[in-house]
Amino acid sequence: MNNTENKKNEPLIRVSHLKQYFPISMGFFKSLPLKAVDDISFDIQEGETLGLVGESGCGKTTAGRTILHLYKPTAGEIYYRGKPVRTKKDIDDFRAKATMVFQDPYSSLDPRMTVSDIIGEPLDVRKMYKTKEERRERILELMDHVGLNSEHAARYAHEFSGGQRQRVGIARALAVDPDFIVCDEPVSALDVSIQAQVINMFDELQEKLGLTYLFIAHDLLVVRHISDRIAVMYLGHMVELANALEIYDRPLHPYTKALISAVPVPDPIEARANKRIPMTGEIPSPLNAPPGCPFNTRCPYATNACREAMPELREVEKGRFVACHRVEEIN
Amino acid sequence: MALLEVKDLHTSFFTDAGEVRAVNGVSFNLDRGKVLGIVGESGSGKSVTAYSIMQILATTGKIVYGSIKLDGQELVGAGEKVMKDVRGNKISIIFQDPMTSLNPTYTVGHQLMEAIMLHTNRNKQEAWDRAVEMLKLVNVNEPEKRMKQYPYEHSGGMRQRDMIAMALACEPDILIADEPTTALDVTIQAGILELMKDIQKKLGMAIIMITHDLGVVAQLCDEIVVMYAGSICEQGTADEIFYNPCHEYTKGLLRSIPTTANSGQKLQPISGTPIDLLNMPKGCPFAPRCDAAMKICIKETCERVQINDQHQAACWMNVKKAVNAHE
Repeated sequence: MNNTENKKNEPLIRVSHLKQYFPISMGFFKSLPLKAVDDISFDIQEGETLGLVGESGCGKTTAGRTILHLYKPTAGEIYYRGKPVRTKKDIDDFRAKATMVFQDPYSSLDPRMTVSDIIGEPLDVRKMYKTKEERRERILELMDHVGLNSEHAARYAHEFSGGQRQRVGIARALAVDPDFIVCDEPVSALDVSIQAQVINMFDELQEKLGLTYLFIAHDLLVVRHISDRIAVMYLGHMVELANALEIYDRPLHPYTKALISAVPVPDPIEARANKRIPMTGEIPSPLNAPPGCPFNTRCPYATNACREAMPELREVEKGRFVACHRVEEIN
Repeated sequence: MALLEVKDLHTSFFTDAGEVRAVNGVSFNLDRGKVLGIVGESGSGKSVTAYSIMQILATTGKIVYGSIKLDGQELVGAGEKVMKDVRGNKISIIFQDPMTSLNPTYTVGHQLMEAIMLHTNRNKQEAWDRAVEMLKLVNVNEPEKRMKQYPYEHSGGMRQRDMIAMALACEPDILIADEPTTALDVTIQAGILELMKDIQKKLGMAIIMITHDLGVVAQLCDEIVVMYAGSICEQGTADEIFYNPCHEYTKGLLRSIPTTANSGQKLQPISGTPIDLLNMPKGCPFAPRCDAAMKICIKETCERVQINDQHQAACWMNVKKAVNAHE
């Protein structure tokens, strides 16, 4: 196999059996592991957008942060262009190519820094310029990418609206010229009319700069719009992974079915026709997750086998991965 | 006669930076047993409209002008004594964040019983029974046990159910729900919305649903009011608003949300940023962001025009004369 071919088949990011446990103190000398992310594996191809959805507490944000090594993984590996990210130097090199956009544009920007300093900080840290003039030009170029005017450069974050602040956050993420961006709920704090502007901007930037996104969000219609493939998480596990349109039109896992049927569709006729699949009970605490399939306590199809053994995430159709013992029977 | 008549309501906040006109001439009627949705983005005045009806504005806020009639009784200027009887008894409100609406230092049961005993002359035992009955109504499991627990022991969805139980304990005519499901997960949200619909049918009360989520209004509402910058731009039945929008802002909103129909296509956002309420333009408040804006839009605000008997919109595009003059 020659070198170029090798590159083509290699996913940009490969996550293999990633685990992230947080110790929760239970009195003296005792602690229990909170299994925020429990053995997830997936690939992200170059130029692709992978949507990561799930309800609060399912571990989607932790997964995103652990992939960037913002938390040290409890177990598992992250591969970037086929190379494992392990040592301090690996991590440092990886972070020069992988950045993050945060949810809350109000708390993720330093109120005492001007916009040009916020965007310039990654450039300073990585010493990505020779002259002051070069730095200034790069900052203006980045601001232009995200639709900010050069006159905004000397202003402070509080002078901006939520949508503009999120643009500043995106410009900062783009500063190091990354391949891969983890977007953690980047539009959920924004108003509807502004949300669309930012979603379109993500699309345009991807086209222009060839970016790859891990797009974490709870709004399924937004994720469906922006993603090529969608992964669904429940209680730290990945329960389904498939093409974005397919998973929405024909979900296979019982949890995905319930989740998608609960989405309020902005269309009165469709809403009247929509039959919700009710889910009994509440999400169990990740501190004492049920044995077997994590969803068995709420699943209408659960059997004894589901209460005993954890189902593997397996390929049931081409490109469709589902973690359910009974997926063939119930569909 | 409508149950609630709001007419030309103006509410302002008097801040150091000047007068902020949060609500600017809002009028609507609510009939018994109907669900009215008020939709708008942050700063559109939807919550302030609700707080004005309840008269629970912050100290800097004041109803400057207008009338709010409940069953024919004028509430503006009626005084605190009248309002105390209205709040909880005739109109109840639930808020976005169920965590901050409950007192963490008292049990849920204590708080439910307090509301019941304040508004009715039930004794402690009767109030307990009523509270248990209400928790059953909102599908809380093991209500007796739940009554003795503190709010932190309840999940987010259950706390919102507690709030609904409290709001409905005195059988109000109107329930105002201010973004009741925004802080909740979709599956929990769907449960709460279904519950509200069921109870509304059972008890026959009216609901004012305040939200920014067009999906939520589509599920629940008979009639929709769309607000922008403190005024109503469009009002009509749910089907009219969704399938025959007649205000450029409503059209823009509907174009900018991802749906099952526009997947694969580019979203069409509304350009510009939301308006600064301290610096309101002279004409239509939406004109600076409107792609179809005409000369008259910048000069004058448009009165509400009747599109049909179920639909009104305040947009010059519906006024033939103005469009013709522009051409």
